[in-house]
Amino acid sequence: MSEPALSPLVVAVIVGMSLATYVTKAGGFWLLNRITVSERVEAGLEVLPGAIIVAILGPELLDAGPAEWGAGAVVLVMMVRTENVLLALCSGLVTVLALRAV
Amino acid sequence: MSDSPAQDSTAVEEPAVDFSAAGVRRGFTDGLPIALGVAGYGVVFGVLARQAGLTVSEATLMSATVLAGAAQVITIELWDTPIPVVAVIGTTFVVNLRYVLMGAALRPWFSQLSPLKAYGSIFFTADENWALTMGELRSGSQQGAYLLGSGLAIWVCWVAATVLGAIAGSVVGDPSTYGLDFMLTAVFIAIAAGLWDGTSSLGPWIPAVIVAVLGAQYLPGRWYILLGGVAGCLVEVARFDE
Repeated sequence: MSEPALSPLVVAVIVGMSLATYVTKAGGFWLLNRITVSERVEAGLEVLPGAIIVAILGPELLDAGPAEWGAGAVVLVMMVRTENVLLALCSGLVTVLALRAV
Repeated sequence: MSDSPAQDSTAVEEPAVDFSAAGVRRGFTDGLPIALGVAGYGVVFGVLARQAGLTVSEATLMSATVLAGAAQVITIELWDTPIPVVAVIGTTFVVNLRYVLMGAALRPWFSQLSPLKAYGSIFFTADENWALTMGELRSGSQQGAYLLGSGLAIWVCWVAATVLGAIAGSVVGDPSTYGLDFMLTAVFIAIAAGLWDGTSSLGPWIPAVIVAVLGAQYLPGRWYILLGGVAGCLVEVARFDE
């Protein structure tokens, strides 16, 4: 194995990520007496993760082909029907392999 | 939403709270079934992190210190050589901004704990155990250590699952052999399905997709992701009616 188990740069990035995350987790508790968040802003913050996820998916699916579209639809249907993540993902992988083999 | 954090801040009377080993145990026991569900994503994260070029140790370190599922998976999507440091850390921050609200909602109970206990417990906040903890505290329980206990259950499962996934990911050679190159997309579809909140989600999601698609076309790098997300957020803020 030529790669080191922990590269200094990667560790630095991870530390940065963990600080950024902890600031958000502790920030609300710390700030609340000082600032009041309006319901409007609250609604905006709540939709952020979903909006970012679909912003990733949009261009990705546009660039993909019929195999990925079909498999994506399978993942979606399985998630809605079963709410079982691993089952949905495995069904998607099987579908994408099957469609690519066609 | 009836359980908005803003309403909690208006609760005047301070509920009594204690912080005990029994509270940690109770949180841990209640959190374990949910933590096992979280572990599913942990395995997937480990595999993807390994495929993206992180070592087993690095993936494990990330899960142990960041402890934020969606942000970590999105980071893997962004991961590249060289690492886009600013985009990775900036996106992590923005994806996690919702935690500000969750931390604020804990205030009526956690303001009565010592800073060490309060700020220490808050590290273990995840979406799943936060919801569980709010339910517990609102029901009149005095277990201030419940967030820590349920968070520890999630932390243990998340980290262990990451190790498993990363080791499994090391064995797999070419990702496309098993369709693993599609897995990240599949994970995002699964997460989106979980976040879908009825047709009201279309309000922010449609502009997010449009801006992202245009951004991907005309902007360098992966900035379209953050841009699309922020666009969706702004549209939601603008269209919100009191």
